[in-house]
Amino acid sequence: MIYLDYNATTPTDKRVVEAMIPFYTEQFGNPSSLYTAGQEAKRAVDQARKKVADLIHASEKEIIFTSGGTESDNLVLRGVARAQKKKGNHIIISSIEHHAVLNTAKALENEGYSVTYLLVNENGQVDPQDLKRAIRPETILVSIMHANNESGVMEPIRELAVIAHERGVLFHTDAVQTVGKLPIDVADLGVDFLSASAHKFYGPKGIGFLYAKKGVRFTPQVVGGSHEGGKRAGTENVPAIVGLGVAVEIAATEQKEEMIRGRKLRDDFEEALLSAIPEVRIVSRGVERLYNTSLVLVKYVEGESMLLYLDFEGIAVSTGSACSSSSLEPSHVLLSCGYPEEAAHGSIRFSLGKFTTSYHLKKVLIVFPPIVEKLRKMSPLRDVYSYPPQAD
Amino acid sequence: MYSEKVCEHFRNPRNVGNIENADGVGKVGNPTCGDVMVMYLKIDDDVITDAKFETFGCAAAIATSSMSTELIIGKTVDEALRITNKTVAEALDGLPPIKMHCSVLAEDAIKAAIDDYRSKVKSPMAKATK
Ligand code: FES
Repeated sequence: MIYLDYNATTPTDKRVVEAMIPFYTEQFGNPSSLYTAGQEAKRAVDQARKKVADLIHASEKEIIFTSGGTESDNLVLRGVARAQKKKGNHIIISSIEHHAVLNTAKALENEGYSVTYLLVNENGQVDPQDLKRAIRPETILVSIMHANNESGVMEPIRELAVIAHERGVLFHTDAVQTVGKLPIDVADLGVDFLSASAHKFYGPKGIGFLYAKKGVRFTPQVVGGSHEGGKRAGTENVPAIVGLGVAVEIAATEQKEEMIRGRKLRDDFEEALLSAIPEVRIVSRGVERLYNTSLVLVKYVEGESMLLYLDFEGIAVSTGSACSSSSLEPSHVLLSCGYPEEAAHGSIRFSLGKFTTSYHLKKVLIVFPPIVEKLRKMSPLRDVYSYPPQAD
Repeated sequence: MYSEKVCEHFRNPRNVGNIENADGVGKVGNPTCGDVMVMYLKIDDDVITDAKFETFGCAAAIATSSMSTELIIGKTVDEALRITNKTVAEALDGLPPIKMHCSVLAEDAIKAAIDDYRSKVKSPMAKATK
């Protein structure tokens, strides 16, 4: 298989798996237990916490292990909403957030909170001036993602966080797509909360963390024992936490090289693709984007069909087409960026990772153009839609 | 998620394209997901002698388009009208529940093309030129 869907998930690094196994078998103790086996497990959890804290330049007390990005996002949005109820009931997010944030905000809306969904400009970025205008006296939280999972576009987090703080509002960023891929410094970003997930950077599934700056108030959402400093109850998933720690360590040492290698691979691929297939666009090509992501729009062709034809050739990608989503709705990210529904229909996302080689991408460049040609021959659509302008 | 038959028709769709001077053309859109299908029919003495399609849609939409053209060629117009989306889905060994709406597209396109044919036959102008 040629796997080009690293933004969905990544294979777990062998070194990670190896480090995890003993914590299922011999070192299975509960970190809450006082005898040696328990304390060994606790030490392992503490070590992993230290590694995570170091990666994002935070302190250990500011790291809360969760089951992943979705839980972290839920914890911040719901937790801040409940804790700050007296102060206000208004939350601001962007319209291109991951469903973990988007649908949590919608759920809060149903509970009586008020939510502003900031639109993005034609580059796919939130305009800081829009945020300035949207903040009200009763605003309690702003949540804007660090990089978008579909387009890879980076949001101007630093600037946005400053604006929120000027008005005394807490700032959260969903950094699920950037932690592990890019160096992160929470102080430099200026955020109060940051969500991340291990399986996006070669760690195990079902584990992630939330960074919550010292002193910020939020209400725990999973209640029980006093695990995670009383902020998230439940016996620690020790093997997964150990795995996360190793994944973090590997990312810290290998990231720099991958950033250079990955960007070159992606850029070369995009250039070749543009000349191999007429009437395609790479979304936000001229904008600051994640180095591994390429969101391609192919006119007159539906995404699920392209995806399946690529799958027949052993190539795994994803699409924002309505046909392939369980809700039968097209990608909200593309619609928010001003693209018509047909454009979202014809979207294919290639997301590269550390096992992607130029050989893999060459293969894609050989098989993909004839697939598009075949499907275009089948399509009744011609010249029926145009894309909004963009700087390439 | 798709049956082998669906995959086979999706990979090798029959009767793709259009028919010049078709006797009936039906263009329909899928209200659920926004996809589009066009059906072209050649009809002699109320018998469908040729059918072709163009589809912008998912694998299920393409496979049902392909299968329905196979099912209606050689049938009379009345027989073709009795073909429902269920018949087409069954001929493909079933569709995932979430994809049943795609097969409605094919049924609707056949109906629209036959409606178009009938409206042409009824108008004397069309008869005169035939
Ligand atoms: S045609 Fe859109 S889901 Fe089948």
